[in-house]
Amino acid sequence: MKEIEFTVNDPNGIHARPAGILVKALKAFNSKVTIYKGDKNADMKKLLALMGMGVKQGDTVKIQIEGDDEETCAAELEKALNDNF
Amino acid sequence: MQVATGKSVLNGIAIGKIKVYTPPKVVISESLVEDTDAELARFDEAREKAIDQQNALYEKAVIDAGEESAEVFSVHAMMLEDDDLIDATKEIIVSQKHNAEYAVKTAFNNQARVFAEMDDPYMKERSADIYDIEQAVLNVLFGIDPESMQGTEPCILVANDLTPSETVRLDKSLLLGIITREGSLNSHTAILARSMGIPALVQCGDVASKWDGKMAILDGYNACAYIEPTDDLMKSLQSKQDADNRQKALLQELKGQSNTTIDGKTIKVYANIGGPSDIGLVQQNDAGGVGLFRSEFVYLNSKDYPSEDEQFNAYRLAVESLAPKQVIIRTCDIGADKQVDYMNLVKEDNPALGCRAIRLCLTRRDFFKTQLRALLRASAYGNLGIMFPMIISARELNECKQLLKECTDELLEKGVTIGKYSIGVMIETPAAVLIADELAEECDFMSIGTNDLTQYTLAIDRQNAALDPFLDTHHPAVLKAIKMTIEAGHRHGAWVGICGELGADLTLTETFLRYGVDELSVNPVSILGLRKVIRGIDLRKTPGETD
Repeated sequence: MKEIEFTVNDPNGIHARPAGILVKALKAFNSKVTIYKGDKNADMKKLLALMGMGVKQGDTVKIQIEGDDEETCAAELEKALNDNF
Repeated sequence: MQVATGKSVLNGIAIGKIKVYTPPKVVISESLVEDTDAELARFDEAREKAIDQQNALYEKAVIDAGEESAEVFSVHAMMLEDDDLIDATKEIIVSQKHNAEYAVKTAFNNQARVFAEMDDPYMKERSADIYDIEQAVLNVLFGIDPESMQGTEPCILVANDLTPSETVRLDKSLLLGIITREGSLNSHTAILARSMGIPALVQCGDVASKWDGKMAILDGYNACAYIEPTDDLMKSLQSKQDADNRQKALLQELKGQSNTTIDGKTIKVYANIGGPSDIGLVQQNDAGGVGLFRSEFVYLNSKDYPSEDEQFNAYRLAVESLAPKQVIIRTCDIGADKQVDYMNLVKEDNPALGCRAIRLCLTRRDFFKTQLRALLRASAYGNLGIMFPMIISARELNECKQLLKECTDELLEKGVTIGKYSIGVMIETPAAVLIADELAEECDFMSIGTNDLTQYTLAIDRQNAALDPFLDTHHPAVLKAIKMTIEAGHRHGAWVGICGELGADLTLTETFLRYGVDELSVNPVSILGLRKVIRGIDLRKTPGETD
């Protein structure tokens, strides 16, 4: 299992369009990707659940990636997060 | 004649017949179905068709309204592919044996409620997106053709509300204007109408189905509509519309062109605005940025001190929607002729020379710091300039900068992001002109407020008509003051602009260019005319020489 910690810089938080792009990118992988913020968590391959987390600017989230392609998936995700949020 | 009022999305006039749009009445059956597989298949098919439609709307909106406004549709398409939403709908079909329509309505409404109940205003608004895609899927299921709402004649469309999808589908060549009972100025629909250049009135409570087929004028300037207008009104608004059309023709000719003289000197032409509602005008008239955003509206439109968040939202809206263009916001200029009750300002014998603008702000520092924090927070969203009015000494400017620093520290401690911004002063008094060198050293730009500069230089009250015979708006002392300020600015690397009325005086444009002015900030509707004049000037010729 891989784990990423990420603090959101984007003033809009994790908002609709970039979130949609992220979800699309993640769907190409087999790994299960779960995002945690406080006591909430969501499957990051699901757009509405991800948006429903209400991640705002300044929030730090923890993301767990688990599966046979977790290495490449985590690398891709980290890059996408830095580019978009 | 009936006069209906609402909130105007765009300054423009539409004249034509009204078409009232009533959405087709559909009844969703609650009776149970036997063949759940057939319902699942209907749902899948309708959902896929709805996705195709949203993608097609995206393509159309990119052309009609631009990439940014179009994004909502690509988000819709992505939402329609959401596994949770699909599963929830299918679950209702399979386990409760309901038909596809009922399942879609129930599952999508549940999701919309989740968003509506979130704290974040951005997320709250997403519930409208869910209702929009719900409608899109239901339309396919019911076989309703959303294209048919408009009819075949040019019309002012009147509706209870329009979803973004409905708005973009409208045939622009037949759409004169839009009036809705619901909607807000920042809804997707309003944004789309604005970027498509269509006059629209939202929150018009007077909307009535009996308007159908009647002649009407939508007056976006005054946020109202006249149903069955009188002949006189028709005539006067028609001539206003003609003037708008001439402006549009000018725009066709000059949009996207640079403000460059024949011999190659380019200056910035910015807009003066009075609030976020003027943002559309800035874009329509192709301004290079905002040179004077009067922040008084936040104080004057309010019954009590406006909160930091209220101010932040207004500033952010302007800065963010115009980014990367520069937006220069002038800090509070209350006092003198602009009074607000809740501030309990002391009555002065000579308010023009009294406790106004920066003097008031440096007296009531907590009040001032609320605005500065709101501005600093907005700086993260675009290209902000902060401009201080009525500065007469470098000490005042430095005090303002010190307060900005205090506010920055407070915000950073809370983890708030602050962007880059530039600092400027308004030059409005002979004192400021005479120490322009000192001021320029301490700031990034100076903007000359010619109305006050004229009044204070000539000691003439501009409100007093009896003094008109003595008022020379081109007085050599005022022109010399402008020249001195520009030269002082350039000695210290600060750019210098003019944001008062003289900036739009086309008989002085060449003079200002010869002085070396870097920016002229004018009323949005004056921008293109000014651009045309600049593009006709040749600074290599001796002043006054003609072809």
